[in-house]
Amino acid sequence: MKASGIVHKYGDNVDTDVIIPARYLNSSDPEELAKSCMEDIDPDFVKRVKDGDIMVANKNFGCGSSREHAPIAIKASGISCVIAETFARIFYRNAINIGLPIIECPEAAKEIEAGDQVEIDFDSGMIYDRTKGTEYKGQAFPPFMQKIIQAEGLINYINEKNV
Amino acid sequence: MGMTMTQKILAAHAGLPSVEAGQLIEANLDLVLANDITGPVAIHEVEKLKKKTVFDKDKVALVPDHFAPNKDIKSAEHCKCVREYAKEHDITNYFEVGQMGIEHALLPEKGLIVAGETCIGADSHTCTYGALGAFSTGVGSTDMGCGMITGQAWFKVPSAIKFVLTGKPSKWVSGKDVILHIIGMIGVDGALYKSMEFTGDGVANLSMDDRFSIANMAIEAGAKNGIFPVDEKTIAYMEEHSTKKYTAYEADEDAVYDEVYTIDLGKLEPTVAFPHLPENTKTVRESGQVDIDQVVIGSCTNGRIEDLRTAAEILKGRKVAEGIRAIVIPATQAIYMQAIEEGLVQTFIQAGTIVSTPTCGPCLGGYMGILAAGERAVSTTNRNFVGRMGHVESEVYLASPAVAAASAVTGKISEPSELGL
Repeated sequence: MKASGIVHKYGDNVDTDVIIPARYLNSSDPEELAKSCMEDIDPDFVKRVKDGDIMVANKNFGCGSSREHAPIAIKASGISCVIAETFARIFYRNAINIGLPIIECPEAAKEIEAGDQVEIDFDSGMIYDRTKGTEYKGQAFPPFMQKIIQAEGLINYINEKNV
Repeated sequence: MGMTMTQKILAAHAGLPSVEAGQLIEANLDLVLANDITGPVAIHEVEKLKKKTVFDKDKVALVPDHFAPNKDIKSAEHCKCVREYAKEHDITNYFEVGQMGIEHALLPEKGLIVAGETCIGADSHTCTYGALGAFSTGVGSTDMGCGMITGQAWFKVPSAIKFVLTGKPSKWVSGKDVILHIIGMIGVDGALYKSMEFTGDGVANLSMDDRFSIANMAIEAGAKNGIFPVDEKTIAYMEEHSTKKYTAYEADEDAVYDEVYTIDLGKLEPTVAFPHLPENTKTVRESGQVDIDQVVIGSCTNGRIEDLRTAAEILKGRKVAEGIRAIVIPATQAIYMQAIEEGLVQTFIQAGTIVSTPTCGPCLGGYMGILAAGERAVSTTNRNFVGRMGHVESEVYLASPAVAAASAVTGKISEPSELGL
């Protein structure tokens, strides 16, 4: 599986309140949530984002609330992968559980800039910045998490276990 | 190798003699929680599971508290979804308006969680129950839904940071000041993926309500959970509120910690977290002149009876400053009733505050006190992110009930000593 797109870049501690403000949590519809994604720190994001684009941020991405609406909104906005230096732990679980690809890679997170054309090979964990001509190796998921990812989320994983 | 408190609880629930940091385990759950925001997403997700029934109708808690009493039509639909699911599955611990309170104050009060148990909740502040010596952590809706059906969840066993608390806090310093101080020290990702274990002689000088506030905000340092040892106060609390059997786990003497911090509670001062991160802390003395528009006293962090008593002690015989909107929100019906019986509600209303029914409301910018552009609030809640309580150009300053009440009287960030207290 591969992803390729233009980068939308953010800093440290992007919290779930700015990813999707609570005033929109009276809906749980992915398309509706996507309309307000990143609104409080990047009001033009939803106008700019194109299917397949990539989000890159620094440390502690997705901190704060446990709202699964945050990765859902990002995924529904068209983003194909989030790369960060580190992720907040609930966001990390949620992203895996709903099938939003995420990669921890401090070097890539620091060096890749907004507007760069980036390609990701999920099988090898390689990240290629085509604008800069640089490449990075993202951290691999432990085998247990890979099983959830291969099942395309926790629900399928549990169904396959026949619980 | 020795285990931490958290590791011991996880090992026992995974049926393993021992676990170590980094190990991936599947653990049995004693309690699974969702609210009116996260519940509908979980309910929708579990429809896709082959198994349809909940693992144990007594071990699931559904609490409409965020946008309840229903703030608008869409919220009403969400609450309805949770209500109907609870009815269909005969969920014992569904709390309707009239019985409900803010989930993390309500569940311990109802005795649904005790020491040594495991709990996941689709709400990040589920870490609150670590105050009781339980392993308790926030998850998303899919994890919660799957836990509700299977009675299990997967965890990566966390490493831990130990906070050795010593000494006794001074009169106007509370658990909130302790946790704000710690977050200011280690940062909002200072405990990322880890446990925060609070130990030391100073723990005995913290009330249960102080401990709930501290464990509640472990997530604001990125932690998986925060946890306290079980002592006489914990046992007294559990005996008053629960009939469940508890297990007190102690960390092994040779347990390994990533870091150890010693904090003298006697040296802490009333502390405020400035916008827009809980780590931006200053003591009130260092804060300078910060004029405010609103004060909120409540939430899963600070809406308990002791919080209200402290606020009332300061507001008694005083008035909220002209132009300041002060909102007091008891966290549960029982706390509300207690506050009425003790005359606290009368004190609040005489001082010029409003007293609301239990709800998360303004904490997450839902309703009941939303800020306009340029407005500032001192709030006893737990987050001060951009736009958290309203407009993106509004500001939230996190503080204890004592600081919030004193600030309501002066109209600027203040501590009780400024009122001669």
